[in-house]
Amino acid sequence: MKFENYGIGIIKGMAVTISHLFRHPTVSQFPEQRLNISRRSRGNELVWSREKCTGCATCAKACPQGAIEIVTSTNLKENKYEVEKYKVDTGYCIQCGLCVEACPYDALFMGYSYERAKYRRNDLIQADDELLESPERPVSGYFHPEIAEKLPKQTLLVEKVTEKRKQE
Amino acid sequence: MVIPDFVLNAPLAMQVTPADWPGGYWWHWLFFTIIIIAFVLIMVMGVIYIERRGMGRMQSRLGPNRTGPFGLLQPVADAIKVLLKENIVPATADKVVHWLAPIIAFSPVLMIFAVIPFQNGALLADLNIGILYIIAVSSVATVGVFMAGWGSSNKYSLLGAMRNVAAIVSYEIPLALTIVGVIIFSGSLSMNQIVVAQDIPYILVQPLGFLLFFIAASAEINRSPFDLMEADSELTAGFHTEYSGMKFAMFYLVEYAEAIAMSAIITTLFLSGWRGPFLPPWLWFLIKTLVVFFVMVWTRTTLPRVRIDQLMALAWKFLFPLALVNLFITAIEVIFWPDISQWIFVGVNIVIAALLVILWSKLFKIGWGRLEV
Repeated sequence: MKFENYGIGIIKGMAVTISHLFRHPTVSQFPEQRLNISRRSRGNELVWSREKCTGCATCAKACPQGAIEIVTSTNLKENKYEVEKYKVDTGYCIQCGLCVEACPYDALFMGYSYERAKYRRNDLIQADDELLESPERPVSGYFHPEIAEKLPKQTLLVEKVTEKRKQE
Repeated sequence: MVIPDFVLNAPLAMQVTPADWPGGYWWHWLFFTIIIIAFVLIMVMGVIYIERRGMGRMQSRLGPNRTGPFGLLQPVADAIKVLLKENIVPATADKVVHWLAPIIAFSPVLMIFAVIPFQNGALLADLNIGILYIIAVSSVATVGVFMAGWGSSNKYSLLGAMRNVAAIVSYEIPLALTIVGVIIFSGSLSMNQIVVAQDIPYILVQPLGFLLFFIAASAEINRSPFDLMEADSELTAGFHTEYSGMKFAMFYLVEYAEAIAMSAIITTLFLSGWRGPFLPPWLWFLIKTLVVFFVMVWTRTTLPRVRIDQLMALAWKFLFPLALVNLFITAIEVIFWPDISQWIFVGVNIVIAALLVILWSKLFKIGWGRLEV
């Protein structure tokens, strides 16, 4: 005769829940406390470099959504393309990163920023200088390990909590 | 009409005002009615906060912590939100029933508090059949729930209400039987007299009774793990699927007011109510009620929801026979050894309770062990 259904499982379960009550909760309060996101995160906006871009439009061909529009003209004096318009409709962008991988001159990067919601749909269309890198629009390490090395390491919630529990 | 003796000779409850004041008992009535309504409404807000924070912490979350200091104003914000919402009545609903259901569900819960002593004699009406009155009145809330399910003309509402009725009809029986065990020991049906008679809290004298009563009470007020009448994962919200705005708020209020009422009843019957050292009696009552409610929150976070057949099996195969056995043993103890110290019964009854629960665990299987669970 084995006795195992007399409620021991319930008691064990209740011991687990009550121990959680006295433990530090595994959460962070978002707007005040921010964790470092993944260094290779594919953020909400593309970052474009006017200097490196040759206007070859490989990115526009690679885009499965057709979100990138590029207009070039020929500069006969210096024998190269001149980019007249580089326009990305981020509303169509699916953050697949194919354009970044396709770019042969490392002129296009995924953005590292998040919280990039807009109030108007037209604000989602970004062109030319709006796409350049700036302190507000940092570059993600996606497809670029040399950039990823310089970014802060991602904080894992687990590590944060175990650290806190060690201090207690 | 002949007034029976026990009505005439019933001890009048503690009067707030001297007996020779004009108005007599009505001052007492007014005072305690206001106290009860205020108590229920404030406690509901309090326990919602306790439940959400407690459950949050048990699930490694924080719970509401934005509105006001420590999120204390969250219930207030929720109440205002729900009061300002639009009141929608389905086109095919039975309008009158749909309107009446929340009121019929809510009023019996308030009526329960009429006989719950906050301290010695401090209660609206010291009925000498107090606990019987509670059993009778608390069943009426089911009518409101069923009206809600029927009046909404929604399959989920009706299913939830049917489950509710089935569960409450089953769980009333062990509930009443365990109460009889307490009554045999205390020798009175009056809630105040039961507390006065409890020199040892009846949780020790009636450990099995307490366990059965707690389980049956949780099922009676639809709290998890027995909340399958409003199981959100299968029935959207059960009987109050079609309710919104003020009427939904009433059902929400009923849910927590019932939980408080059951905690208060458990406190009165098993945890010696307002009795306790050092602190004032009403504070003891409040603390014990909140502790019982906290245990309900604790079980809610821990246990998964049971199926309807498991619910019925638990009521009829576990609670009902054990409640009968408990009643039998209690009766024998009181009849044959009326004069010896109750501390002897404490030890004996704890051993009996443990033995019975372990024994029943062998019997309590679906199909008596022939079926795979």
